[in-house]
Amino acid sequence: MRLQLVGARVEYEGCPVVVGLDEEVARGEWLCVIGPNGAGKSSLLRAIAGLVPYAGSVQISNREVSALAPKEVARHVAFVPQDPVLPDDMSVADYVLLGRNPYVSMFGRESAHDREVVARLIDDLSLRVYARRMLGTLSGGERQRVVIARALVQEAPVLLLDEPTSALDLGHQQHALELVDRLRRERNLTVMSAMHDLTLAGLYSDRLLLLHQGVGVARGAAQDVLRSETLAEFYGVSARVIHEADGTVVVVPQRSTGDL
Amino acid sequence: MSTTTALQLPGISGRRTTWWTIGAAVVVLTALIGAALGPAGPAWWRVPLALLDRLPLITIDSGVTEAQWNIIWQIRAPRVVLAALVGAMLSLAGASYQGVFRNPLVDPYLLGVAAGAGLGATIAFVVNRDVTASWPIDPVPLAAFVGGLAAVALTYVVGTAFGNSRSSTTLVLAGVAVTSLATAVQTFVLQRNNDVVRQVYSWILGRLTTASWADVRLVLPYIAVSTIVLLMYCRLIDVLRVGDDEARALGVNVNQVRIVVVLAATFGTSAAVAVSGLIGFVGIIVPHAVRLLLGASYRLVVPLSMFFGAAFLIAADIPGRVLTSPSETPIGVVTAFFGAPFFLLILRLREARR
Repeated sequence: MRLQLVGARVEYEGCPVVVGLDEEVARGEWLCVIGPNGAGKSSLLRAIAGLVPYAGSVQISNREVSALAPKEVARHVAFVPQDPVLPDDMSVADYVLLGRNPYVSMFGRESAHDREVVARLIDDLSLRVYARRMLGTLSGGERQRVVIARALVQEAPVLLLDEPTSALDLGHQQHALELVDRLRRERNLTVMSAMHDLTLAGLYSDRLLLLHQGVGVARGAAQDVLRSETLAEFYGVSARVIHEADGTVVVVPQRSTGDL
Repeated sequence: MSTTTALQLPGISGRRTTWWTIGAAVVVLTALIGAALGPAGPAWWRVPLALLDRLPLITIDSGVTEAQWNIIWQIRAPRVVLAALVGAMLSLAGASYQGVFRNPLVDPYLLGVAAGAGLGATIAFVVNRDVTASWPIDPVPLAAFVGGLAAVALTYVVGTAFGNSRSSTTLVLAGVAVTSLATAVQTFVLQRNNDVVRQVYSWILGRLTTASWADVRLVLPYIAVSTIVLLMYCRLIDVLRVGDDEARALGVNVNQVRIVVVLAATFGTSAAVAVSGLIGFVGIIVPHAVRLLLGASYRLVVPLSMFFGAAFLIAADIPGRVLTSPSETPIGVVTAFFGAPFFLLILRLREARR
């Protein structure tokens, strides 16, 4: 399933936040959107998920998102927001089951198949021990896995992740991203994520897209996008970029010397 | 393998059947008790026999005289049925409102139904004496019904005109404003017509005293339609628990669900209020009690609130007519008397759980 944006434009309260963006993400590819706060990363993801209106074109396998019914969009795109709402007194199983909503008729109930999809995914993500637990009792890492589980039972070919690791410690950041990486390989998912941690972004994605004031200013492999002069220009930071022998790019912020 | 795992998925389906059965049984049992108790009439244990006797193909000698049967069937039965309908409607509407506004402290009077109905009833009482004496129907329920709907319509118009449609906060605030406005007008009207204060006051406290089968027939269609709509929407109300944004991302038309649920709940509540007056606390405490008992899924809370709301109001009506006989304690006083402490208890339990 190919994700294609042509001249995509998103406004937030009258101000343009994404301006004329062209981009194409192939099936099974992981594109990571980076950029400073307010660059338009979230708005871009929300437009693709059909949550905010856009101008221009956003197509998933040649079907325009704005022309699809809400449930059809949800069958094509699964969206994990930056700060998902997890009702404290909802069980993990019931929460994951909500992800099947796009397949349940308006006044119907989940079918045996829906429950089977959920049960299998709960097993696959080693969540069975949590299935009856209430969401309010989960730790940050567990919560993130549960949210990813809910998104995956949508069985949408495109997975959008808005800051999937922002609330997690280093170990859980790695676990969450490893999980997404494994699942996209197994299921051939097209993944698009917004991320702040540039090193992790470069490590897990196939390609990076750097947004600045709603404009795609740099794109390509991590080695090409993550350069200290680029970061200085668009993030206004002083950072050292280390290129490891295995192709990994490490971004290390530099402390100012104190001569203000 | 996969089928066994599917069966093991913990869910609410099995519990739903069990609880619907329990809920219905509780309503029937309370209704029997409600019909059996009262100041006049036959011994309580004869009443179930008399009711059985009236069923087709069953003949039992219940020893109930024709006069006693009239007390059961013409006075107690409509009162029990009306209490059940009103209790079910208020609780169902309360649970649904709490769901779509994602606020557990919301009651069905939130958007101005109560104040609008109160104003409508007050005006009807004031005008009542001369103009409407020859009307074929009692103008009070009609005016209350229209007043309730008009207040919510005003809330809705104001709320959507000034707020963005994606947030329900403005709607709630508009409800507060409309409630104040209607109450102010009502107070003004009352001040100028001191002679109806007593009637209006007794209406506000809620009453089932004058319940008749005509009242039941009057509200049944509205309450039935509203109930069916709300029960059909309870799964979608449950999806809204993850927030408007995420519900939308899951393919739910959030605004449509909210409008339909609010309309249906308001419609039913207005009808209930029109015949029973303002019976407080039912719409909050019943859904809360159900939530404590069964967990927070609206797929259970909404239908079970209906059953337990019906049972609760039938039960709340009993002390009012038995204890202080021959005068009656208004049912609104009974529900508030038990409701207020119970509500504090629930708040305490909620805090203790945190």
